[in-house]
Amino acid sequence: MVRFENVGMRYGSGPEILRDISMSLAPGSFHFLTGPSGAGKSSLLKLMYLAERPSRGLVNLFGKDIATLPRQELPPLRRRIGVVFQDFRLIDHLSAVDNVSLPLRVAGLPEEEIRSHVTELLRWVGLADHLNARPATLSGGQQQRVAIARAVISRPSLLVADEPTGNVDEDMGFRLLRLFDELNRLGTTMVVATHNERLVARFNHPRLHLENGELRLERGALGGTA
Amino acid sequence: MLRRRLDVPLDRDGSVRFVPWVIALMVYLAAVMLATGIVVSGAVSRWDRSLAGTLTVELPPVKAGVADGMDKVVALLRATPGIEKVEPLAAEQTSALLRPWLGAEFSAADLALPRLIDVHIDPDAPPDTKALAEELATMAPGATLDDHHLWLDGLIRIARTIEIVTAVIILLIGGAAVLTIIFATRTGLAIHHGVIQVLHLIGARDGYIAAQFQWQALMLALRGGLVGIGLAALTLFAIGHAAEATRLQGSEGGLLPSVQLALPGWIALALLPLLAGLIALITARITVLRALARMP
Ligand SMILES: Nc1ncnc2c1ncn2[C@@H]1O[C@H](COP(=O)(O)OP(=O)(O)OP(=O)(O)O)[C@@H](O)[C@H]1O
Ligand SMILES: [Mg+2]
Repeated sequence: MVRFENVGMRYGSGPEILRDISMSLAPGSFHFLTGPSGAGKSSLLKLMYLAERPSRGLVNLFGKDIATLPRQELPPLRRRIGVVFQDFRLIDHLSAVDNVSLPLRVAGLPEEEIRSHVTELLRWVGLADHLNARPATLSGGQQQRVAIARAVISRPSLLVADEPTGNVDEDMGFRLLRLFDELNRLGTTMVVATHNERLVARFNHPRLHLENGELRLERGALGGTA
Repeated sequence: MLRRRLDVPLDRDGSVRFVPWVIALMVYLAAVMLATGIVVSGAVSRWDRSLAGTLTVELPPVKAGVADGMDKVVALLRATPGIEKVEPLAAEQTSALLRPWLGAEFSAADLALPRLIDVHIDPDAPPDTKALAEELATMAPGATLDDHHLWLDGLIRIARTIEIVTAVIILLIGGAAVLTIIFATRTGLAIHHGVIQVLHLIGARDGYIAAQFQWQALMLALRGGLVGIGLAALTLFAIGHAAEATRLQGSEGGLLPSVQLALPGWIALALLPLLAGLIALITARITVLRALARMP
């Protein structure tokens, strides 16, 4: 599903933030990604959702080597990846419904279908009363839930979430992770970067720990590996 | 298609608000230039057509006691292949031509007027005018053949220059329009970089993102183009009206080119806003696609 071989990454001519990362995430797996602030978690995820290219090494997604893939094959690949950005990246002038609809619209689904799917999901994340609200009028936690809804609406094969529970309380965080767990059970491969050790401890998922540009695989809280 | 909900709201941020005005000005200038070019080339072809089929043979005035070569010359002309009609002007007709300049009271007899022969030639198989002129000169010394080309060539050269200059100006205006759209699109891309990146990352094809820009560019340019062409039409009507009034006052005004545009001219002008829209659409699309090609 996701395979990195000796991946190194730097921004411009800056220092190498990731060094020799090698890993392989099986389809249907669920991994937490932890590490101190500035360790490069977001950078690693950017490589996974194709926002950045590695400065060396091989990135392989869905069995395809990204470096050799022709440009026109990237959009269909990206549609199979859901992303929750650390800074949400909601579109200011669009309502919650329209923001969440974007991935389906971009994929060319018919409007009626989009509407009902989207409202249902927004209800599920507790935003039934804010369907037509602009992001600016929502709280941080509400925006985060809109961002999560946008990431999962198209039932992606791979879901990459960067700090998806940073702005919600413990209960809502747990609820959102349960949503991820549910998606994972349905077959979505999950990678969730987080600082929240307590939440990590409540799930039995292995963790990837990033520190000093190097990645280490640790077993789940209860000893599980995948 | 044009009423689709847009993910990139260019018209709300003011970055493109100047575009319709710039396009309006450009379409206005292009329309006036185009109209000038059309009027000038129309006038040239009208002169060309009315004069190309004719020659004028001029015989020196009759001197007392010298044999009149008129009959021989007419006979020679009639015998020349390529000449369709030979029409000697009577003295009275010659003086009628001069009346506007000399007044009604003069009579042909007062002046030693050259005698003129109107010659209509077959424009598809014209006679060799140079050889004909030499032949005429030996037959009747002092006879000249005027095929109007000296006069016409000068006018045509001026007119062609005007045509080229107007065409170049129109091209320059088009170039400026392209630069305007590129600049506006780049501004839009910079302002909406975040939105574009999100669309890109959730799997929007480049064409989908470019469409957001290109249809808005089309609408902005059409809006500006319509204003520009409206103002140009008013200007051209006003000029046409004034020129027509002058023509009616002067009796010899027939030489002045008509500044009225015919239907094809108006159609060409009406296409300018559409052309501006098309240029804007294509320019915006290419600009966005090129910017997206730099994204990973
Ligand atoms: N666009 C960028 N250009 C240059 N340097 C960057 C860029 N993004 C991140 N960095 C640098 O890369 C390093 C890793 O950043 P990154 O955001 O991946 O860390 P992180 O582990 O996600 O941190 P946090 O837990 O605070 O989100 C940091 O030193 C940061 O300054
Ligand atoms: Mg981060």
